[in-house]
Amino acid sequence: MEFNKSIFLESYGVSTQDLELYLREALGRGGDYADIYFEHKINYSIVLEEQIIKTATKAVNVGVGVRVISGEKTGYAYSEDLDRQLVLKAARTAAFIASSSSDGGKLKVNAPRVSDHNLYTVPLLSTDIGIQEKIALLREADHAARAFDPRIQQVQTSYLDETKHVLIVSSDGRSVWDVQPLVRFNVSCIAEENGKRQSGYQGGGGRSSLEIFRDDLNPAALANEAARQAILQLGAIEAPAGTMEVVLANGWPGILLHEAIGHGLEADFNRKQTSAFSGLLGQTVASELCTVVDDGTIPFRRGSLNFDDEGNPTQNTVLIENGVLKGYLQDHLSSKLMKAPLTGNGRRQSYDNIPIPRMTNTFMMAGESAPEDIIRSVKKGLYAVHFGGGQVDITSGKFVFSASEAYLIEDGKLTAPVKGATLIGDGPTVLREVTMVGNDLKLDQGVGICGKEGQTIPVSVGLPTIKIREITVGGTEK
Amino acid sequence: MQRLKDAANQVVHRASLKGATEADVFIREEEKFSVTVRLGEVETLKESASRNLRLRVFIGKKTATSQTSDFSPAVLDSLVDETIQMARLTSDDESGGLPESTAVAGDIPDLELVDPEWKHFTPEQRIDWARRAEAASMKFDSRITNSEGGAFDFEHARTVLANSGGFSGEYEGTGGSVIAMPVARSAEGMQRDYWASVSRFRNELEAPESVGQRAAQRAVRRLGARKVRTCEVPVIFDPLTARTIVGHVFQACAGDAVYRRSSFLVEKLGSKVAASNVTIVDNARLKRGLGSSPFDEEGVPTQSTPIVENGVLQNYLHSTYSARKLGSRSTGNGSRAASGSIMVGPTNFYLEPGTSAPEEIIESVKSGLYVIELIGHGVNTVSGDYSRGVVGLWIENGKLAFPVQEITIAGNLRDMLNDVDAIGNDLTFLGPIASPTIKIRQMVISGE
Repeated sequence: MEFNKSIFLESYGVSTQDLELYLREALGRGGDYADIYFEHKINYSIVLEEQIIKTATKAVNVGVGVRVISGEKTGYAYSEDLDRQLVLKAARTAAFIASSSSDGGKLKVNAPRVSDHNLYTVPLLSTDIGIQEKIALLREADHAARAFDPRIQQVQTSYLDETKHVLIVSSDGRSVWDVQPLVRFNVSCIAEENGKRQSGYQGGGGRSSLEIFRDDLNPAALANEAARQAILQLGAIEAPAGTMEVVLANGWPGILLHEAIGHGLEADFNRKQTSAFSGLLGQTVASELCTVVDDGTIPFRRGSLNFDDEGNPTQNTVLIENGVLKGYLQDHLSSKLMKAPLTGNGRRQSYDNIPIPRMTNTFMMAGESAPEDIIRSVKKGLYAVHFGGGQVDITSGKFVFSASEAYLIEDGKLTAPVKGATLIGDGPTVLREVTMVGNDLKLDQGVGICGKEGQTIPVSVGLPTIKIREITVGGTEK
Repeated sequence: MQRLKDAANQVVHRASLKGATEADVFIREEEKFSVTVRLGEVETLKESASRNLRLRVFIGKKTATSQTSDFSPAVLDSLVDETIQMARLTSDDESGGLPESTAVAGDIPDLELVDPEWKHFTPEQRIDWARRAEAASMKFDSRITNSEGGAFDFEHARTVLANSGGFSGEYEGTGGSVIAMPVARSAEGMQRDYWASVSRFRNELEAPESVGQRAAQRAVRRLGARKVRTCEVPVIFDPLTARTIVGHVFQACAGDAVYRRSSFLVEKLGSKVAASNVTIVDNARLKRGLGSSPFDEEGVPTQSTPIVENGVLQNYLHSTYSARKLGSRSTGNGSRAASGSIMVGPTNFYLEPGTSAPEEIIESVKSGLYVIELIGHGVNTVSGDYSRGVVGLWIENGKLAFPVQEITIAGNLRDMLNDVDAIGNDLTFLGPIASPTIKIRQMVISGE
């Protein structure tokens, strides 16, 4: 698509000449590098609760962020008005970080281009589809959840979508634009029995439009799953406490990788030597069964992008290969300072934030074991299927992730479901304890949200079924 | 402010003109300054003004909301029109509608939310504070070998609310914070921690040197942290970790969680839910409070609401909507989500301090855990089940003996609240939700 089809030129009159002007202004005090990030974002959300459509919401947000880098210093300013004088003012404010004077040199900006390979082509953007169709999906999920079991007392379903237009230009020659769709569907249920209350949740989505809510992600399937979890929890027994053998199911439990190693391999922490992984490149950090990648190029996935938020193409980056630490996730600044190749992992929440190294879709490659054999091999342990969220302390390397659906394994068989429990371990060593890797790699259903330095972004995770020899399970049953 | 009020009134006017039976508009405008310094050098410097308009319309008992940062007349007009169209497609909701006009704020009290002194605090001084906080942390101990930096943040926010019932109100607030984030190292590995001071008033901020030193002390004391055996012992939470438990109490007594029955405090009004020394309040009228405001985000006057008194649950917190759902009245806790819709939010929500010094509480424990950081999301406020990762200090014979990590604590919030057997005199506000030190009689520690 030509740049004249871009919303920034069509609706806001931002021309290639303007972009040059802004970059010159940004480098007006002699910065080494400048980039400008324009964003236009439309979101819709609709909530169904107590069997009625409670509310519908539309949001329209526009802004432009200007960044100037001088040595290791970053100046940043943004404007929510794309008026030329205000963008120039933001550029001058950001420029303040540098202290010499310069006219920006012989800067030339090419007309912004789109990616040759669009990872998220959709027939019709979800934000261009009327809300009636979306309401129908919510009703379908609500009916299914209520029909699942009379103990389901409350059902909340919500639909959220987004169309984000971005335009990114940099003083070192990048000039790209992109249209990024994102949809998400959530179902939450409360089950009650004899005064006991439990909740269940299931969601799904991706960089797509309404057509994604078919097959596994159809509203009724999501609703049945949320209801099943709530009912299951009513009968769950206390989770065990102490270290034990743990089997993680495939898919969403990949959050283990995200917390245990992914964050620790983000280049900024390693450049600053504050990560427990600092200096471990080339060393064995996992069992040789483990190969872990971060791949931002998978079509329609929640963590995928044609370009990262600094305008660099995303890629498939090998983090761990057969147990050996191979690489970090880079953004522009860290790659420059570490003299390491870019990996397309510079991301930001929006125009009011500075990009930093972030994950995209992070997962472990499939192994050879059948998942049934993995469970059968455990005498006494825990099988964890669903997780809430996780967190990591980058510096000490300690991480947690919280199981919301788990079962005891006794003599190779799944027995009682147990209540939610936090699992805690050490990032640089936990993958050394992986003793079996399944042949059933699956990515999650498209609901991951990752937070870092106050910025949240969509991500994906994935995992085949794996067995960990020993990890601490935080239950109450000693 | 007049400019923002005019904008709000215009949008309300257009909504009424286009068929909304009721409408309200909330605008927030923020000036922000943020600097981080790392290893003595400025790392990032960020300066900006931002603004945000949130509209809610009703067509009878149907509602829709919208939000935008784009204040251009064409965008605002079409957003109003589309919001009204969306409202027509939602369902009738008996509890919907603006607050009754009698419930809307009249006189607006001065809660001392603005410090004019900030105007004289130059960008150079702000950068200097970030630098001094970091420098003090680096100098404090030779084991502090690295740093995630020092930072200073300032914000001046203006809030305007107008509705079709004729309400129009405004207030503004300032706030600054200084933080240090040192990294300590020993043969056993690295540890980080932080300390911060946050205040609306410049002369109430802790000196950057003191912030840096406390941050360094906190990081160094974690060095050499190890696991302990799985056991059941008394657990003491410092004010920063105790406030997360107080936060779970807020989540469970928020009216919207209660009507959804997604709370372990459902049907507990008037019942004993905590030990008799526990008194929790939500007080929006605290002078200079970080969570204070004269009226809530739908124009209802704020108040001080007792939540738990001597262990007995007194009130849930309500927006106009959740109050109608549960046959109660708004407590002035209507809070506008980023999407524009109304939720229940805390103001200054805190556990009243007790009389014991935190040292005395630690001395009362023969063998137990002093919690200094909690990680993870293992808290279920529907069932009350609680399981989180911990960094702490092990207590032996009333003394902090050695640091511990890679362990969890678990229990149920119902039991935890009933088992609070000591409360410190050290209530500490680093945000609107706050607590003093608390001791819980017994919890399960999972470790080796």
